[in-house]
Amino acid sequence: MTTVLDYLSAEHRQCDEAFAIAEEAAHTSDLAGCRTHFQQFQAAMERHFQKEEQVLFPTFEEATGNAMGPTRVMRLEHQQMRGTLAGMASALADGDLESYLGDGETLLILMQQHNIKEEQMLYPMSDRFLASVADQVIAALQEFQPEQPV
Amino acid sequence: MNTAGLSFEQGPPFSVPLRFFLTAPWFLVLAAVLISWEGPVIFASRWLPSMLALTHLLVLGFMAQTMLGALLQILPVAVGVSVPYPRLTAALIHIPLTLGTLTLVGAFLFSEPVLFAHAVGLLGLGFGVALIAFNIAVWRAPVAGGTVIALRCALIALLVTVLFGLLLASGLSWGWSLPVVMITELHAVWGLAGWTPLLLAGVAYQVVPMFHITPTYPTWLTRSFAPGMTGLFIAWTVLTLAGWPTVAMWVRIALTFGLIVLAIVTLYLFTQRRRKIGDPTLGYWRISMVSLFVGAGLWVLTQWLPALALAPQVELLLGVLLIVGFAIAVINGMLYKIVPFLAWFHLQARFLGQAKVPNMKQLLPDAPIQRQMWGFLATVVLLLAAVIYPIIFTYPAALALGITGAWLGVNMFNVAWFYRRWSRQNALV
Repeated sequence: MTTVLDYLSAEHRQCDEAFAIAEEAAHTSDLAGCRTHFQQFQAAMERHFQKEEQVLFPTFEEATGNAMGPTRVMRLEHQQMRGTLAGMASALADGDLESYLGDGETLLILMQQHNIKEEQMLYPMSDRFLASVADQVIAALQEFQPEQPV
Repeated sequence: MNTAGLSFEQGPPFSVPLRFFLTAPWFLVLAAVLISWEGPVIFASRWLPSMLALTHLLVLGFMAQTMLGALLQILPVAVGVSVPYPRLTAALIHIPLTLGTLTLVGAFLFSEPVLFAHAVGLLGLGFGVALIAFNIAVWRAPVAGGTVIALRCALIALLVTVLFGLLLASGLSWGWSLPVVMITELHAVWGLAGWTPLLLAGVAYQVVPMFHITPTYPTWLTRSFAPGMTGLFIAWTVLTLAGWPTVAMWVRIALTFGLIVLAIVTLYLFTQRRRKIGDPTLGYWRISMVSLFVGAGLWVLTQWLPALALAPQVELLLGVLLIVGFAIAVINGMLYKIVPFLAWFHLQARFLGQAKVPNMKQLLPDAPIQRQMWGFLATVVLLLAAVIYPIIFTYPAALALGITGAWLGVNMFNVAWFYRRWSRQNALV
């Protein structure tokens, strides 16, 4: 049986992979390649954020009766990452790869300390709390379509 | 399960960990001054008071300082529970630890019983506060994964290390007759082969796969390494105290193989990394894991080749490899991620939507980090050479250590200075 931990952690790894490919393109000064790969990376991130914000977090908040705790901070961090991603997108639009790489380094740390919290705590806790409805939650995550085309 | 106490809040104010990171590099400079002051004779034996003073400048002044400071920052992220009263707790750790280290070093250098007594009080206070605060956090962790288990084991090892250390210093202060050689051995092994690698393992399980984009550590390792090592340490201690040296030696060999496995697995993961671009911190990780591998290998050899064990240089080589090559290297490398990130993070939280905050590489560019790393590598090599040929290499090694320590200190200070200047300028706008 798939767990929330397995399913969403796998998405983190896919995002990591996409991040590394775009970063390598920037490092070799391949602006066009970097733009393509960054777009895919940003879209994968946004899809993952929306899945959590619209499916996992509300279910978690309902099950625990706590909307001000862990999920609030996770939502805030999503906003911080969206801001940093927007900064990287505008650096690419200006063709400024150095600034892209600096923002990328910063995003990587921000993203990974966020992932550590989710994979170490939020996902295992979700699996425990949502035991009875876990299958439905995972099905909903799999079927999820992002609101706006990303 | 109660989630009320859980916030996942970002860690403490920037000043809480920063004070430790700004202080620690200058202990490397003090260590370099001490080596120059004493000259080649300092490398005659690990038991010389000046060598004991030097060792504690490194392990307390640099290692404990940064490790405890980093834990104040990392625990909320890795464990999900904040340390209570962060500012007060930080002050109650940082001040006694800094003064206690200087006092202990003075006590060794001047063989002064009163200073040993003051050192016991100060270090007992600093470590006592740290142990209580960190234990409250790790035992309240809502989910016990590999990292939490390793942190719990590391804190047990720190407690044992500190207790043996306090016992030794008390003995020197109040003139107790203790089996000094045996207790020193227990103190050093619990500290260098226990607390340090166990804390590193707990951090590495998260940091290596995530920041370098490698596969994760195998589950058998994350589940069994820390508890297995702690069990072996306890067995080794009991056997040593009970006077069964032969069995104790075999347990010690098993412990050493545990360290070798950690080094090999980590080096292997780095060969599998998906993030292809170079990174100075990666260089530091490699120096550290190779030193751990060579140091642990040398330690195993001393068990089988008694002639090797009797040579005083071997113990000093082990000390250089495990303290400078392994522990200080990896800490130095991680500081370059932690400090610029925290500076960015706190600026970003404060100026969100008001100004474009400088990114990590603007706060601290790669070039000075890279150069300091080559300086560090030269320091390790020169210190190893100084152990073998003290007449020739003592002063070059001291010079290299002083430069690399000061360089790290300046790099850290520059981030803090940039942070402060930038906050002020933009607060006025």
